[in-house]
Amino acid sequence: MTERTLTALHGEIVEDNIQFTLIELSTACQTDSAQLVELVEEGALVPLGNDASNWRFYGSALRRACTALRLMRDLHLNAAGVALVLDLLDEVDALSSRLRQLGDGTPPR
Amino acid sequence: MEFKDYYAALGVDKTATVEQIKRAYRKLARKYHPDLNKAADAEARFKDIAEAYEALSDPEKRAAYDALGPDHRDGRTFTPPPGWASGFEYSGRGDTDEARAHSDFFETLFGRQAATRHGPRRGGRQAGGDHHAKVEIELQDAYRGARRTVTLRTPQVDAEGRVTLATRQLAVNIPKGVRSGQHLRLVGQGGAGLGEGPAGDLYLEIQIAPDPRFRVDDRDVCIDLPVAPWEAALGARVTLPTPDGNVELSIPAGSANGRRLRLKGKGIPSQPVGDLYAVLTIALPPSETAAAREAWKQLATVFADFNPRQALES
Repeated sequence: MTERTLTALHGEIVEDNIQFTLIELSTACQTDSAQLVELVEEGALVPLGNDASNWRFYGSALRRACTALRLMRDLHLNAAGVALVLDLLDEVDALSSRLRQLGDGTPPR
Repeated sequence: MEFKDYYAALGVDKTATVEQIKRAYRKLARKYHPDLNKAADAEARFKDIAEAYEALSDPEKRAAYDALGPDHRDGRTFTPPPGWASGFEYSGRGDTDEARAHSDFFETLFGRQAATRHGPRRGGRQAGGDHHAKVEIELQDAYRGARRTVTLRTPQVDAEGRVTLATRQLAVNIPKGVRSGQHLRLVGQGGAGLGEGPAGDLYLEIQIAPDPRFRVDDRDVCIDLPVAPWEAALGARVTLPTPDGNVELSIPAGSANGRRLRLKGKGIPSQPVGDLYAVLTIALPPSETAAAREAWKQLATVFADFNPRQALES
């Protein structure tokens, strides 16, 4: 590959600066919006707004939705099952963060 | 190319039924899925398991794999017999996500499949897909910002419908204050659009590389700070390394082992800014010389009344 000078690109931090519409989030997760609607109905994703047409998702939903979709695909889970897994993962995260604060040297998840 | 023992990867016999293979896969997938298991080797293990399941759960692929014969061992060099793969045809979908890329062994056996899952492309405008990749940065980069060159391998479909990996490099500014697990969105750096359609976006997931001295917990950072017993007892001013350079730190007199000293605002400079914690660990000096032992004996005399095990006595 030839070396050439690259102009550095500036990115935005998704979790800090970006909100997604339903369509944008499904494009970013490479899925169709029906699957995300299912995750919202199970409470696994919580958008702002009452109606799917004006839902806004916080940037942090990107990671959560991608994790949910991978788990559904690889473990053959349905939306209800994956909602439970995400809640338990949140709990594991909170507990291991607490453990790290107590200084046992556990690497972060 | 290395031979892959798919039966061993799933821990099943060569005579296993489809049901047994499915059960073995699900059990191992729950154990090693990288979203559930954060061990360093979990991702590689899961890739092997998923690939083995993909090969053995499909009757066509399993028959082709079994036809290689029993004389191959996992990890050994494997050379496909001449004319191999010409007699089989597969209808599976190709997965273009690099994380799901197959081993060379799998691709030689079953072919690199065209990315057919999007269906036939229609003419006219079509927006490009969004892509995902991971980028590892140093903790210092999160403190100061940095410029990183990211090498991406993007699957591309050639004229014959085969998938090849094209390599491209991007220089990316890592903004100061970014945390592990966050994503950077680079507009227009994803898949190319069709016709007049706009290109998709690229999402880079940030991972802060493990550091031998610092532990990172979201926006807070933690370091073990060894102190001498007299520094802990009498108080001291010591030099503390931080990811952003050294600072002077006062150890308060009478500090116990494990005491956490908070340096407010010295964590990762996100919004809001994190804190840095120094956890005191009392280090004992070597006591190999007669003079050193004498010093400890003097200490014992002075503290003759001190009983460290008082709490154990009922």
